[in-house]
Amino acid sequence: MRLSEHRYRTISSIRGPLLFVEQVFAARMGEVVRIACPGGETAEGEILKIDGDTALIQVFGETRGLGLDADVAFTDAIRQAPLSADVIGRVFNGSFIPIDGAPMFVPEQWAPITGAPINPTARARPEEFIETGLTAIDALNTLVKGQKLPIFSSAGLPAKEMTAAIVRNARLAGGGAFVVVFVALGLPHHEYAFYMQVLAGMEGDFTAFINRAGEPVMERLLAPRFGLAVAEHLAFARGMDVLVVITDMTNYCDALREVSTAREELPGRRGYPGYMYSDLASLYERAGRIRGMPGSVTMLPVVTMPEDDITHPIPDLTGYITEGQIVLSRELHQKGVFPPVDVLPSLSRLMQRGIGSGRTRQDHRRIADLLYKQYAKGRDLRRLEAIVGREGMMGSDRLMLDFADAFERELIHQGAARRDINASLDGGIALLGRFPAEAP
Amino acid sequence: MTGRILGIAGPTVTVDISGLRLYDMVRVGTAGLIGEVVRLERGRAVVQVYEDTRGLAVNEPAAGMDAPLSVQLAPGLLGGMFDGLQRPLRRLEELAGPFVAAGREVFPLDRERTWVFTPAGNAGDEVAAGDLLGHVAEGTFRHPVTAPRGGRIERLHAGEFRLADPIGRMADGRDIFAIAPWPVRRPRPYRRKLSPSLPLVTGQRTIDFLFPVARGGTAIFPGGFGTGKTILEQSIAKFADVDIVVYAGCGERGNEMAELLEEFVTLADPWSGRPLMERTIVVVNTSNMPVAAREASIYTAVSMAEYYRDMGCHVLLLADSISRWAEALREISSSLEEMPGEEGYPTYLSSRLAAFFERAGVVETLGGTVGSLSMILSVSPPGGDFTEPVTQACLRTAGVFFMLDTALAHRRHFPAINWFQSYSLYEPEMVAHFDGHVSPRWSEVRRRCREILQREEALREVAEIVGIEGLQDADRLLMKVAERIRHEFLSQNAYMDDAFSAPDRTLARIAEIVAFHDRAGEQLKQGVLPDELPRG
Ligand SMILES: Nc1ncnc2c1ncn2[C@@H]1O[C@H](COP(=O)(O)OP(=O)(O)OP(=O)(O)O)[C@@H](O)[C@H]1O
Ligand SMILES: [Mg+2]
Repeated sequence: MRLSEHRYRTISSIRGPLLFVEQVFAARMGEVVRIACPGGETAEGEILKIDGDTALIQVFGETRGLGLDADVAFTDAIRQAPLSADVIGRVFNGSFIPIDGAPMFVPEQWAPITGAPINPTARARPEEFIETGLTAIDALNTLVKGQKLPIFSSAGLPAKEMTAAIVRNARLAGGGAFVVVFVALGLPHHEYAFYMQVLAGMEGDFTAFINRAGEPVMERLLAPRFGLAVAEHLAFARGMDVLVVITDMTNYCDALREVSTAREELPGRRGYPGYMYSDLASLYERAGRIRGMPGSVTMLPVVTMPEDDITHPIPDLTGYITEGQIVLSRELHQKGVFPPVDVLPSLSRLMQRGIGSGRTRQDHRRIADLLYKQYAKGRDLRRLEAIVGREGMMGSDRLMLDFADAFERELIHQGAARRDINASLDGGIALLGRFPAEAP
Repeated sequence: MTGRILGIAGPTVTVDISGLRLYDMVRVGTAGLIGEVVRLERGRAVVQVYEDTRGLAVNEPAAGMDAPLSVQLAPGLLGGMFDGLQRPLRRLEELAGPFVAAGREVFPLDRERTWVFTPAGNAGDEVAAGDLLGHVAEGTFRHPVTAPRGGRIERLHAGEFRLADPIGRMADGRDIFAIAPWPVRRPRPYRRKLSPSLPLVTGQRTIDFLFPVARGGTAIFPGGFGTGKTILEQSIAKFADVDIVVYAGCGERGNEMAELLEEFVTLADPWSGRPLMERTIVVVNTSNMPVAAREASIYTAVSMAEYYRDMGCHVLLLADSISRWAEALREISSSLEEMPGEEGYPTYLSSRLAAFFERAGVVETLGGTVGSLSMILSVSPPGGDFTEPVTQACLRTAGVFFMLDTALAHRRHFPAINWFQSYSLYEPEMVAHFDGHVSPRWSEVRRRCREILQREEALREVAEIVGIEGLQDADRLLMKVAERIRHEFLSQNAYMDDAFSAPDRTLARIAEIVAFHDRAGEQLKQGVLPDELPRG
């Protein structure tokens, strides 16, 4: 430990969000630094790399106006998040500064924002059903407490309306509500206004970290970590069930790429750094439950797939870490289906344990499998229909085509309505009854 | 050998200690984080640190430990769950709570536990290295203890002991212990390698019947996300016909490991009826645990696997996923600023992988018994694109390639093993073995099954255009039969009783479908209409 803050005026170069400071004594990896310009602007940064007495610093705040004559103070501490139950109901920016007009709360405790990995032996398997109110999820891709399930959207699709519906309607099995930790990264104004309205109208509690499109890009790397530190605190120190919504992870990854490029690191696929998998895992893996403890962290990240491409590194690496994915489809959106969830590529990997008698309903698995199978068949037949025409098809095949249409229009589509799990499953049964497939 | 930290970059730390050797362990910082020397220069060394380097400061102390990264090999490993450095995770949880804290040193095994040693030889015996000295009862597993070196035995203990106690003494005055460290990066010795000749029965129909794995062989299954790699690894871990399973969760999800642990304690080994955990060792470094330890974890796992092979056991090493290991290697390489090869991977990726695969095989052990170490590894190609370097490097050495097909997975056909692209180089010997030991019809039915699947593929293209109605009766029948093969034979739901299929049942099931085809074909020839044919 150093006895006092060290101050230096030895910046040798500034490159995008990166600073090189020379002749630094005993710099610490991850140490927080405060940068003050003669003009009065200030920013915060963090040490990324140390080579002898040269420290490489990543600046998180505004870099405009920064000069080589800035004063850099080394704090000897790694970044910590202030924690208290008083975060609830509050809105902060990406640097954890209140933007709701109220003063900063008094922290009860501080914790490193990166957290520590949960010991795998300490984890409890996620298995408690969460009712989102959406049939496409509840009946067919069931979400459970402690799961991380991303929404894969594309530009122009109503991911935010769907996220809002979940945030508003999600209920625990016992009927309890969640505390929502909402993390917005690079949000344009109209989305910001939309989400603030949703949060304000919520019955349950929330905490929000908002980084808007015009705000410092590098704060997008901090905000999710602040949000998750708060979520872990509320969940595991206070026993609350927390739902973390992060939108949009694509902006997060772009910020990561920006730092990587500035560091002149070797670019990986599409210019994203080679460590993006580990970096994303350091966020997503913070979801979970712990044996013998109340509380849980459930995560719903939103990913906008560039060029609608699910093999793009951002959705790809996300899919490799999360426990399934909910995929939105442009075609369904154009048909007016809301939420436009394409259930074929969607999957909840933890569904198996979360459904059945005692959790949802004893007939859940059978209904879901049948719906899935018939819809898949109908979708396959649409290709054939495009070639031979509807008239050229067998009666049973035409029935499956009609089933697929009705499935989309009536079961997946639900507009603004909230359906409980019974309504969702009964809707499925009714649909299957109307289009009985020939016995397998 | 002490010094100070000069620089820190990601998981690597430069120290000013001289006299270190490559792969020596080094302790860095006041937190005492452990690392391994990966580069030496005059007066300085670069250390790959196994823990989060955040908070480490330049000028903090560093000290060489004069030993390479090693695992402790002794009774008590079975049923254990370790991190990539063989730290016992349950013990760590007891000591530090549910979150893994850095810089914590915990001995892998319980040193307080008493074991019972039953000597096999007598004082005065002349032994060679690897000769059997006696057994330790570890549950139902009779854990052999062998001579660490040749010479005359002066004394052998009988009865209770703890790991710190010697179980005997050699005439040269040195004690013999049932515990010994082994440097993980060095393959354990054996007398000679033998060719794999026996199958490793997995209980997965598609594997055992179409693409069999040999004991001592290597297999990989690359597949995009959600194609069923983890479920397949775990199913094989449950049902494989081997003595010992080492499961390495390498850079994957924490919840999956919780699931595995929870399930394995309730399940029995289908071959021995004993609790599954008694034959299993788990090594886990989840994706959010430090990458340098992830890199080391597969060596920790394979060293433990070799230890049991050397006792004459049939051991299976499963790793999910080897791509995450390769990525860890890439991360370390890039923080060393090495010249990158393809897609940023270091150019030594394929040689390291090949050397790792080389640790599999059937061997005649130093003690003269035969043991085998098989490897089945999952690969996670970015974007599901198999042309990427890790898949390609694995393909060059692996004996079996199971191609996991995203299209099959989307259709919920699991295991999503593509039956056209996959192959097994062990096929001839293994099929011959099944012919001899399960039924002489094995190879014939197998040929028929493949033929039907191939015909279906050709017909499918036609049917896409003219519709199934447009096909001839015999072809429509074949399409139906192929569908049955896909649904009833190749698909195997991991959540149902069907998850395990012994070879005789595997054969019976496919033989029945093929026989149906023959029967129905005959009836068609006799003028029965396709729609009137009996089902199955
Ligand atoms: N044999 C099987 N039986 C039934 N379902 C299966 C089977 N294999 C896979 N699945 C389904 O596929 C899902 C994904 O499987 P799994 O987790 O093994 O994929 P993965 O290839 O390991 O993906 P990732 O690369 O993201 O880890 C499972 O959650 C399950 O729903
Ligand atoms: Mg997996």
